[in-house]
Amino acid sequence: MDLNQIYTELIMEHSYNGKNRRVLEEKDREERGHNPNCGDDITLQIKFTGGRISDLAYTGSGCAISQASTSIMIDLIKGKEKEEALELLEIFLEMIKGTELTEEELEMLGDAVVLKNISYMPARVKCAVLAWHTLKGLLGS
Amino acid sequence: MNRVAANYLDPYRSQEGSYGIGLDNKINPYLLKKDFPIFQEKVQGRDLIYLDNAATTQKPYPVIAAVEKYNQAFHGNPHRGAHYLSVKATELYDQARQKVQEFIKARSRKEIIFTRNTTESINLVAYSYGMNFIEENDEILLSIAEHHSNILPWQQVARSRRARLKYMYLDKDGRLSMDEVKRKISNKTKLVCLTQMSNVLGTIFPIKEIIDYAHERGALVLIDGAQGLPHLGVDVGELDADFYVFSAHKMLGPTGIGVLYARESLLEMMPPFQSGGDMIEYVTEDTASFAPLPEKFEAGTPNVEGAVGLAAAIDYLNNIGLDKIYQHEIDLTAYALEKMKGIPYLTLYGPLDLEDRGGIISFNVDKVHPHDLASIVDLDGIALRAGHHCAQPLLNFLQVGASCRISFYLYNTKDDVDKLLESLERARSWFVNGS
Repeated sequence: MDLNQIYTELIMEHSYNGKNRRVLEEKDREERGHNPNCGDDITLQIKFTGGRISDLAYTGSGCAISQASTSIMIDLIKGKEKEEALELLEIFLEMIKGTELTEEELEMLGDAVVLKNISYMPARVKCAVLAWHTLKGLLGS
Repeated sequence: MNRVAANYLDPYRSQEGSYGIGLDNKINPYLLKKDFPIFQEKVQGRDLIYLDNAATTQKPYPVIAAVEKYNQAFHGNPHRGAHYLSVKATELYDQARQKVQEFIKARSRKEIIFTRNTTESINLVAYSYGMNFIEENDEILLSIAEHHSNILPWQQVARSRRARLKYMYLDKDGRLSMDEVKRKISNKTKLVCLTQMSNVLGTIFPIKEIIDYAHERGALVLIDGAQGLPHLGVDVGELDADFYVFSAHKMLGPTGIGVLYARESLLEMMPPFQSGGDMIEYVTEDTASFAPLPEKFEAGTPNVEGAVGLAAAIDYLNNIGLDKIYQHEIDLTAYALEKMKGIPYLTLYGPLDLEDRGGIISFNVDKVHPHDLASIVDLDGIALRAGHHCAQPLLNFLQVGASCRISFYLYNTKDDVDKLLESLERARSWFVNGS
């Protein structure tokens, strides 16, 4: 594996641009997620309008993979219905587990497919899935 | 794999190359590396550069061969049967204990208890000594630089026994001053638990002075030698430690075997930690009397192959000489520190001089998270540690979230350092310039 297959331009951009890194003025819920072994620590805030996720943002710190994965997830999930978001979460987590996805599923994930190569790096999987598991907690209960 | 197997079955192989000592009477790591089959493996298609020795060390042929030989020819359940293999296994296990006793200069074989690792050794002391002899309002004193394994068992003891946990803090260079020690040890201090060498900063603590001072105040001292012993050695008699613990896998030996040294009088008064087979004399339906030391603390079938491997590791280290190994690590540390100090995007933690320190350097690369850095250098075949190094209280104290750590041993070379620095440059450039 090569550096540019993991730390792609898109991942680097998302980990640094911080466009989804903010505090919501109005939020319905928030959830903190962290990887105790490596110190990635994020907090997601969510705002619903009807059944739709009208706003989603994060604060926190961690490695480039965890921060980029969080930001890419927010781009993907914002504006979606809750059920749709849950479905996308499952598809993403399957991809990171190494499951072969269909063309249609890959398309649904959009930019998040750049994280696919993380499935070949067991030591970094937890960085990539942190935000997605945190969101699952936020939507689940 | 067959190629390696054929080699390591010859235990005498390491003697070619005079144990890696050059004509200048110093270690020649390029020769020594040939004793370690792992360096024939490719990582990411490249030569392995192993800089994670504070986590675990690699094994030389004689250690691999000794374990192999035991399993091929001598395996039996020790202390039980009258048959050849049981007797043979007992003999090898006892010899390994004697080897350990001589290596750390304990007075008696009764003072050497085999455990799984340092963590289990500390837990044995915590549960057997701590839970029975530490009283309400007693103080257990730790340094802030302790590994989690030398913190958590004491938190349990303190909670259970209503004792107080207190910490000694480090100065700005990561050193533990005697002033701080004297401020913290009081007449209430029952036990001081301290590492010989910090696994994060590499600082070596003045354990002899601390032990003497603690003893004057009536406190016992446990020294965590996991990080210190493989590089500095120990003379437990001269040191006068009450408890001294370490693991084989950080000194070229196998995983799954560690040691607790304790003063015989303490072990005599402590109750067994675990009970079952091998640690008994007579058992009736309701009662049992315990075996004498050291078996009293070794319930169940022991890890004989581990003990055999540890003994082989001790022989290997002795043949080279710990003083030469330490000097080699210090030479490498001097070389690395000198170069690293000049790199503006590196932040180094711990002392920058060579006084009372070992071959461990913790650092961060500006704008590159330690975990990203570890993944990137791994692509170059370089193994280093990133994270909190099982020492979260220390990192909190230093106000560092996570760091990278390199740690040297006898087989590391200046080339390893140079290649690491090239790889750091590449990572930094990728994160800052995007190429």
